[in-house]
Amino acid sequence: MASIGIKGVSKIYNGGVTAVSSVSIDIADGEFIVLVGPSGCGKSTLLRMVAGLETISEGEVTIGGRVVNDVDPADRDIAMVFQNYALYPHMTVYENLAYGLKNRRTPKSEIDARVAEAARMLELQPYLERKPRALSGGQRQRVAMGRAIVRKPSAFLFDEPLSNLDAKLRVSMRGEIKRLQRRVGTTSIYVTHDQLEAMTLADRLVVLSGGRIEQIGAPLDVYHRPATTFVASFIGSPAMNLVGGELHGSKLALGPALLDLGAAVPAQGALTVGLRAEDLRLHAGSDGAMPFRIDYVEELGSQRLVHGFVGDQPMVAAISSEIPLPETASLSIAPSRLHFFDTASGRRIDWTIAEQGQAAGVSGVELAAS
Amino acid sequence: MNRIRLFDHLVLMLGVFVMVAPVVVAFMTSTHDAADIHRNGLSLTWGGNFAETYNTVLTRKGGFTGEITGARMIWNSLILGVGFAAGKIVLSMLAAYAIVYFRFRLGTLFFWMIFTTLLLPLEVRIVPSYEVMNKLSLTNTYTGLIVPLLASATGTFFFRQFFKSVPEELLEAARIDGAGPFKFFIDVLVPLSRTMIAAIFIIMFVYGWNQYLWPTLMTTDERFFTLVRGIKQILLVWVGSNIPDYNEAFALAILAMLPPVMIVLIFQRWFIKGLTESDK
Repeated sequence: MASIGIKGVSKIYNGGVTAVSSVSIDIADGEFIVLVGPSGCGKSTLLRMVAGLETISEGEVTIGGRVVNDVDPADRDIAMVFQNYALYPHMTVYENLAYGLKNRRTPKSEIDARVAEAARMLELQPYLERKPRALSGGQRQRVAMGRAIVRKPSAFLFDEPLSNLDAKLRVSMRGEIKRLQRRVGTTSIYVTHDQLEAMTLADRLVVLSGGRIEQIGAPLDVYHRPATTFVASFIGSPAMNLVGGELHGSKLALGPALLDLGAAVPAQGALTVGLRAEDLRLHAGSDGAMPFRIDYVEELGSQRLVHGFVGDQPMVAAISSEIPLPETASLSIAPSRLHFFDTASGRRIDWTIAEQGQAAGVSGVELAAS
Repeated sequence: MNRIRLFDHLVLMLGVFVMVAPVVVAFMTSTHDAADIHRNGLSLTWGGNFAETYNTVLTRKGGFTGEITGARMIWNSLILGVGFAAGKIVLSMLAAYAIVYFRFRLGTLFFWMIFTTLLLPLEVRIVPSYEVMNKLSLTNTYTGLIVPLLASATGTFFFRQFFKSVPEELLEAARIDGAGPFKFFIDVLVPLSRTMIAAIFIIMFVYGWNQYLWPTLMTTDERFFTLVRGIKQILLVWVGSNIPDYNEAFALAILAMLPPVMIVLIFQRWFIKGLTESDK
């Protein structure tokens, strides 16, 4: 168990391509950090630099206070779980689990004890004598995790460990990883491109884009207060609606609609407005402030996603599937749920407003859910 | 459907006939005595001389020195075949390991240099090779028979392709598990290559077993004669009115076929696996 420090770390490849540029993260002992971002954002490269599988071009990585830039992966006291499991196909599950310990000249009796403990934790006892090819995807993934656990390392590194599993298994394995990490309390860095996985697993999220950190924070913080338009569109499903708007005093012009915010925003003129689909409410007729032209509807069962346009800007609203779809519709949103971003830099413009029960611009009666 | 099956079977039977008939003829002929063969030519019937001929071939001391027996020649061929195959596998695996896993300067260039030697058959370099062995006074030794033929472009190429198909993550997992280059090779790559090794062993064993030119050149001492040479030796005794020992030549040819056939039969399961499926 140890803290991990990443200080100004960059990865510059021979051709001059910068995959990661001056990233700094302080990871506390026992913390579960998720690196999330689209493919090619440098999250795997960063993880591999911590693991020692990639050299560090600039900066410093410390594990438990010790600088490990030039330390061999085997001596960094870390364990890694790979996307394709990377189990040794010719070894039995037992041998797979024991291999790392054997190379460290751990006494046989202790290897047995540790493997037995890991096998019990992961419910792998019936399969110890099997070869990986005789196991299902989920079981293989558990063996890969077992291989990490038996070593009792100071950190777990997960490189998209669930992407090869089917959707249902992914959800249950997600829970298992979370439970396991709680139980053994080992510092973990987890890489994924799946924002849902990131939200559910992380103590803290690190959103990366183009090799840079966009935002670090607890999942709900990142969700509620995305620091940039990139984070806003990446975290949350469906993605946040980002549309152009214009501020005049405390009035916001959104296409044809004019919303009264009831408070001042420290910006004026054109900016980017973010509206979460789940914060939008749908009204029949022109009851809402924003006239909404429905394009098509996605049914998800528990809710439906209504795609359409406000003015000429595309917008998605997530509404309960029990509400009937009106012929002509309009949308409303509580002003406190609006996010503002600088259009040029994409940075968040912070503003505060007292949470109000009333949605902006609602003049009539809200459509009942009947 | 049935008609197609009949036709299929006819094709297969024709193939079997073409391949097996000469072997049967050789075997049947070898059971006749030499005079009989000289008079009647090849024969398809059982001659009844089986025990005598094969016993003579295996145990009679022959040659100029009167020391060389058929059994001895089989032994020599086995040493050559096995040494050849095993040596080639070890050498080409190590070469492929270096080429695939170690990024040294000009690695690709070296690989292609090795690869282009495929274009040069043994015969092209046989004189200089002989000269080198002669200078090292390694003629008439097993070392001299085997070592100069060990470098194998084919083997290196096959193992290179195989190693390249081993997922990168396996190497990384092994590195994190604390396995160095040697351990990774022994603990992971070699067991993974089992089927590949079996396939190459068969090819190389048969190739080594059938070597004729090189052993002829390297060995003047009859104690090192191989079986393939021995067959030729028998037919050379065409002195005066002597009838060549056709029966013995046939018997030796049959004996010479057996070990490669056995190797193929034993290893064929792995052989097919090694050439067709990648077991990962």
